Amino acid sequence: MKNLAQIFWLILVLNFAAASGAQQMSIKLPPDNAAAQVKDGSGDDTVRRNCTICHSTDYIVTQPHLDAMHWQAEVQKMINVYGARINESDAKVIADYLAKNYGPQERKKEEKVGGGKR
Amino acid sequence: MDAELPSLDRRAFLRAFGMASLAAGACLWAKGSLVSPHVWAAEAEEDPLLLGRPLVRYPEKTDLILLTSRPPQLETPMKYFAQAITPTDAFYVRYHIYPPTAIDLSTWRLKIGGHVEQPLELSMEDLKTKFPQASLVAVNQCAGNGRGYFSPRIFGGQWANGAMGNAEWTGVRLRDILSMCGVKQGAVDVTFNGLDRPASPTVPDFVKSLRVSRITDDPDVLIAYQMNGQPLPVLNGFPARLIVPGWYATYWVKNLSEITVLDREFDGFWMTKAYLIPDTACGCVQPGATPARLVPVNRMNVRSFIISPQNHGRVSVGRALMLKGIAFDGGYGIQDVNVPTDNGATWRGAQLGRDLGNYSFREWSFHWTPPRAGEYRLMVRATNGAGESQPAAPLWNPAGYLRNVIEQIDVSAV
Repeated sequence: MKNLAQIFWLILVLNFAAASGAQQMSIKLPPDNAAAQVKDGSGDDTVRRNCTICHSTDYIVTQPHLDAMHWQAEVQKMINVYGARINESDAKVIADYLAKNYGPQERKKEEKVGGGKR
Repeated sequence: MDAELPSLDRRAFLRAFGMASLAAGACLWAKGSLVSPHVWAAEAEEDPLLLGRPLVRYPEKTDLILLTSRPPQLETPMKYFAQAITPTDAFYVRYHIYPPTAIDLSTWRLKIGGHVEQPLELSMEDLKTKFPQASLVAVNQCAGNGRGYFSPRIFGGQWANGAMGNAEWTGVRLRDILSMCGVKQGAVDVTFNGLDRPASPTVPDFVKSLRVSRITDDPDVLIAYQMNGQPLPVLNGFPARLIVPGWYATYWVKNLSEITVLDREFDGFWMTKAYLIPDTACGCVQPGATPARLVPVNRMNVRSFIISPQNHGRVSVGRALMLKGIAFDGGYGIQDVNVPTDNGATWRGAQLGRDLGNYSFREWSFHWTPPRAGEYRLMVRATNGAGESQPAAPLWNPAGYLRNVIEQIDVSAV
């Protein structure tokens, strides 16, 4: 009986969807991944305040651990290429934070990745 | 057909496994033995690149691997590539800016204007009734699919290999729409814009372009309003998206709203600053080198994957099994799929599955009986109708595009 009731409701819902001709579509996107927070450290507030205007922090924490020069270039790319409005002093704080917390010293963990393996 | 495949380099195997096994406190590896089954089960799915990335369920989608939340980037688990057609709800998602969250078909119009005789505003009803319907099966693959495996590593979306999918796309031919508008003499590029929006006005909107000739010469460039026979999910482009078969997904603009014909080359951000590859035959340079000249990414190269058995899976000694997978290219069609035998000395042809068209995934299968216990490295290489194939060493370019190295997986026969 429970199954029959479920089928009844399903048909009702499907009929409603068909009658409306799917004229309106709306979706609700989930919030940012709470498990992908940037590490605590000097400058983390500046990173959150600026970077999360455009993207969630998982864009940062999933990146490879490249050196300070690469991180500096990346911050400049966000400003000059992707149009992020970050002032000069914040840009320096962000680049320093990223190099310190996501730099080559973290690389050990990812050395297994590479080659043609998946 | 039974063949001896090149056995796995034990060191490489240990490299891939060592850390996780140690962490699990169960490194029971020894010659002829395996890590304990319950640990193995956890590791079978393991790819260091995917560590810590949860499965998430977004609207109209099934559980996909979360790369980034906002803008959303969701990756398809490899198991969904066991069949040539990727289920719509498992199809990957990739936005550069924010996707639309509400679309009303009663007000939505596809606007076509610019260097044309007669600008048009087409409703969904117009698309469905004023033009002949066209359908094709085509692979949609992110140019950066597999970027996470590049070495040296590269900043950008750290995709494993799940930023791809294959679907039947149904809609209308773009060239039919353009001929209804009447493209004026001197037209050069056509631009495509969708309902997705940047976070702030200083961030460039996502707009792509194709040469007019790319559209007028090719009846397979479509405006699709259906994917696998159903309306597109919002995150895959509802109500309509551009289909550019054979070319990387960056051109397949989603939630399409505006098409503009230009009498000059389009110089927008997403054509001149992003999605560029070295202007060389392979689209690659020496790892770490800076290319002399860049051009927009375009046609896909040849790729193939082993989907079954799974990487780090276990197989039975002396029992015949079927290696299975998919292969695809940029539109010449898959000619051969080969699997190495005799320790890699010869490659034997796999059996090809049903032909769904030159732009589709092509299923392949290969009978193999593991002759004795031990570790085996399995590989696959495809060749397309133009004789193009896959390199043994991965190509490299500064943005992490075009990965198509011969893929390999490791299995253990017990």
